[in-house]
Amino acid sequence: MIEEPFAKGDSFIHNIDPRLRIAAAAMLSIAVALSSGFATLLSALAIAALALVAANLDWRRVCGRLLVVAGFLILLWLILPITHRGYPLYSLGPVTVTREGIMLATQITLKSFSILALLIALVATMPVAALGNALGSLGVPGKLNQLLLVSYRYIFVIEQEYQRLVRAAKIRGFQPGTNLHTYRTYAYLAGMLFVRASMRAQRVYQAMLCRGFHGRYIPLQTFKTGKQNPVFAVLTLSALVSMLYLEWT
Amino acid sequence: MHTHEPLIKLDGISFSYPGGSPVLEDLTFTLSEHDRIGIVAPNGSGKTTLLHIIMGLLTPSAGSLELFGRVMQTEKDFQDVRRKAGLLFQDADDQLFSPTVLEDVAFGPLNMGKTKEEALALSRKTLAYLGLEDFEDKITFKLSGGEKRLVALATVLAMEPQVLLLDEPTAGLDQDTKKRLIKTLSELDLAYILISHEFDFLTATTDHMYPMENGKILVDEELHVHVHEHAHKVGAHPHRHV
Repeated sequence: MIEEPFAKGDSFIHNIDPRLRIAAAAMLSIAVALSSGFATLLSALAIAALALVAANLDWRRVCGRLLVVAGFLILLWLILPITHRGYPLYSLGPVTVTREGIMLATQITLKSFSILALLIALVATMPVAALGNALGSLGVPGKLNQLLLVSYRYIFVIEQEYQRLVRAAKIRGFQPGTNLHTYRTYAYLAGMLFVRASMRAQRVYQAMLCRGFHGRYIPLQTFKTGKQNPVFAVLTLSALVSMLYLEWT
Repeated sequence: MHTHEPLIKLDGISFSYPGGSPVLEDLTFTLSEHDRIGIVAPNGSGKTTLLHIIMGLLTPSAGSLELFGRVMQTEKDFQDVRRKAGLLFQDADDQLFSPTVLEDVAFGPLNMGKTKEEALALSRKTLAYLGLEDFEDKITFKLSGGEKRLVALATVLAMEPQVLLLDEPTAGLDQDTKKRLIKTLSELDLAYILISHEFDFLTATTDHMYPMENGKILVDEELHVHVHEHAHKVGAHPHRHV
């Protein structure tokens, strides 16, 4: 089971209808991804930070998640400034740092953090079951939706099966090396894992049928209908409009 | 003596997996109201297959199946029946697929068309009945084996079935959980078929016990368990009782 550390809470964001939150996250993320002006990107980062504050999340956990992306960004910062063509800022032997390279890296950094923070604040704050349902009512096909929910539930079971197979190989003295025996063993492991996963999927589906499943998950959560939904919608739209305004002027 | 309506009536059921020898052969069996039947079957004797046929998950190659007074033919027939018959799977992990216990227990009632409030009330009641009040928000994946089995039973009971089908419910359980299961089953006013190897458990929970062999349930060979003591001159030697 994947933990959902942000899903529980009673903040302003937690009480917004999930459909509205997903729509807002999608629109804002697309706007951020397509923008290039620094004023737009900085305001996007500010909006995302505000959303995080409104969701009232555990800061240390949020930072932990943001740091994961920081790892990738460091790689970008190492490569982009010296490989991108443009006005040279600084030279060291054959290596030249360009202004355009630094600007591009900064843009990507701002975009990544804004989008990630938005998704944490708006989407990670709902349980996956609610996410599935909201996606369903937003018109995402049922099969895709079930795929999401069921893989979410069973990724850990498959991982456990894998660990079990690896253990079984280890206790019989299997040591991986670069030889045909190793490759063959890994091929068996992978094959076995697929077989087991598909058998398991079949049994789970049968169990679901036995409990009256007919193709649609029915959510247990109910969301308060109150003033917060229209307020949130207005806030989102004004954020979107101001970003578009900044980008086009 | 009064007669009871047959709930499950199997007549001449045969089944074989593709390319395999027959698992069930001309199996005939009837379960009536208030029947509590134990079936003792060796591994691979087709007991799980039998339960899956009753639930309509597998289609027999021959024979007729009558559930709650109706002959079963199409998937649609079975969809109605699945609300009345609850199957407890051999592996509880297959049965629990929602993030939290409460959601999992409410899954069946919601599918039956109950409102959220009704489904929640029913789920809480079932969990309380099984002594699992504090489990509502627990993560199904993190439960112990025994807890998983009890929660799986709760998911089945929450649908208020008329018949229970239990596939080796004691497999891998400790003595305490077994005792809880025995207590629960003897308090339930439900007809059930229970498959197990454990005679102690079967004697405590069922009224009749039949062996299953060669793809048939041998109703004529009811099993009786008794304890006997006797002395042997050479008692330390292994010996057979027939």
